[in-house]
Amino acid sequence: MIPNLTLAVVAGVLFATGVYLLLARSITRALLGIVLLSNGANVLLLVAAGPAGEAAFYGRTPESDMSDPLPQAMVLTAIVITLGMTAFILAMAHRSWQLSQTDIVADDVEDLRLVELAVRDVAPHDEERPDVDDDAAGDDRPPGPGTDAVVEP
Amino acid sequence: MTGIDWDILVPLPVVLALAGAGVAVVVTGRIRLQRAVSVVTLSLVLVVALALLVGADREGPLSVTVGGWPARMGVVLIVDRLAALMLVVSATVTLGVLLYSIGQGAASTDEERADEQAPLPIFHPTMLVLSAGVSNTFITGDLFNLYVGFEILLASSFVLLTLGGSAPRIRAGISYVVVSLLASVILLSAIAMLYAATGTVNMAQMAERLDALPEGTRLVLQLMLLVAFAVKAAVFPMFGWLPDSYPTAPAPVTAVFAGLLTKVGVYSIMRTQTLLFPGDQLTELLMWAALATMLVGILGAVAQDDIKRMLSFTLVSHIGFMLFGVAVGTAAGISAAIFYVAHHITVQTTLFLVIGLIERYGGTTSLTRLGGLAKLAPVLAVLFFLPAMNLAGIPPFSGFLGKAGLLQAGAEQATWLAYLLIAGSVLTSLLTLYAIARVWSRAFWQPPIEPATEGLERVPRGMTLPAAALVAVGLAITVVAGPLFAVTDRAAADMLERAPYIDAVFPGGVP
Repeated sequence: MIPNLTLAVVAGVLFATGVYLLLARSITRALLGIVLLSNGANVLLLVAAGPAGEAAFYGRTPESDMSDPLPQAMVLTAIVITLGMTAFILAMAHRSWQLSQTDIVADDVEDLRLVELAVRDVAPHDEERPDVDDDAAGDDRPPGPGTDAVVEP
Repeated sequence: MTGIDWDILVPLPVVLALAGAGVAVVVTGRIRLQRAVSVVTLSLVLVVALALLVGADREGPLSVTVGGWPARMGVVLIVDRLAALMLVVSATVTLGVLLYSIGQGAASTDEERADEQAPLPIFHPTMLVLSAGVSNTFITGDLFNLYVGFEILLASSFVLLTLGGSAPRIRAGISYVVVSLLASVILLSAIAMLYAATGTVNMAQMAERLDALPEGTRLVLQLMLLVAFAVKAAVFPMFGWLPDSYPTAPAPVTAVFAGLLTKVGVYSIMRTQTLLFPGDQLTELLMWAALATMLVGILGAVAQDDIKRMLSFTLVSHIGFMLFGVAVGTAAGISAAIFYVAHHITVQTTLFLVIGLIERYGGTTSLTRLGGLAKLAPVLAVLFFLPAMNLAGIPPFSGFLGKAGLLQAGAEQATWLAYLLIAGSVLTSLLTLYAIARVWSRAFWQPPIEPATEGLERVPRGMTLPAAALVAVGLAITVVAGPLFAVTDRAAADMLERAPYIDAVFPGGVP
């Protein structure tokens, strides 16, 4: 089987851009990342189908000229699934917006605990070395969405 | 293959559950009828699963071609001993959880009901769809259909996890959904590559054709499938999503997730590693992953102050035991791993249900606020103590028997890595016992921290009885451990031999 180079490159670009978007902290960007990744996988299935041929109508097209119909059926299934999942993420993004007026994924419980511990560790140093006050000031903000409270050691 | 009668049963676990879900959606207005529909459906699924186990054990793997299409073109459904056993265990715990949630729903006040149940009473239909998705991954003989099964169970798990749409659940839901979908994309890409390499998605045919491929290509395909399933099974280092998302869901949902969803990933790893990629090229990698999963998981559990979060981490840690058995890869190892999966599904689900009872009674699951439960609620104490000791692997419970089987299989392999894993397993068991003992001494034994006992609520019998029944099932696994181990031995032998599975799909030889 000779794979189609154009399709392979397209799949690669879709995967790369999808991964990049997925790394963002905004829900909408992550959603777009998922959509691009899914389409990358769909194009990959088309690459797997081998060279393109005539439409696979039994009896009208000679079998040797047909393109492989099975990956097309799988791509259709995958597209339908992605559609449903996208709708669900959109609903969740909307609900998240209703609840917190932000599109940013909030810190998880374990992150919050780490930040609390780190703040507790930093606090005594502040009294001994007043010069780090400026650096640590950021940690007094409540660790919420988007603050990303990274505590410098 | 005389078993025409048996073969008819193969698609039923999925068909019944989906049909039941449809009926349950239609009767949403009438809660009693809806409950009856879901209980009857799941009971039927359980009966069918038991029949399939008997059939598969007597006749060998049972297979059906969907729609009568020949196996190369259409989807093949196949139930061997492993799949049948998984069906029985999953149907049992799903039924138990459903009864528990009915007990909870009947007793909860209107206010809670508004919180627990979304505008439509969608809990029951979604639970049935989840059951159908889980069964579909167990019975399918087609890799793309396996992907579809995963998507069915994922979609319903998304709905269940975000029931009510409160802020913590939406936060947990977003990371869970994104991680799950990423794993699905990896799985789909792996399937595309496997199709490109072999020209089929039928697992039996693929098994034959993969043998002819160059080793490098095989390894890439094997690793991609392994990564996709390892995310679902919460194997180190891809487990971070689990303890973050599970504890926020309602108790019955967490219980069914903890019991089933990760085990579906473990089942898929077992199936693909034995059927598609026999041999030991990944043994070392799997062993290191198993060791890291065990230790990191249990250390996370020890550090927790909340029982639900603690249990989520022990769940991750014990996935390592099953992976250990798969990594050893001998008949003894796989047999012990299957036994451990059956044991762990039951016990972990039971524990989460009991924690739900504790939450209901004490109003919290935080260890810093609970206390004195042994005196205040002796029944709860017993219900917690038995499965907890079972989880920690105290003799004579089934957890001990499963672990003993795994250690024995590891010792038979007699490499230094296997001995390291044995040491790691023993350490993990001890630390599990420590984590459990911490819960026991703080929540049950020490005097109540806050004297405010008037906030304590009576736990309805409708919730206690299903939990007690599942505790009894967990103990029953200990009693029937002999025959059960005999079945898993035969299942593991068949899986390693591969021929019975392939012959069941292609009785006249692989095309």
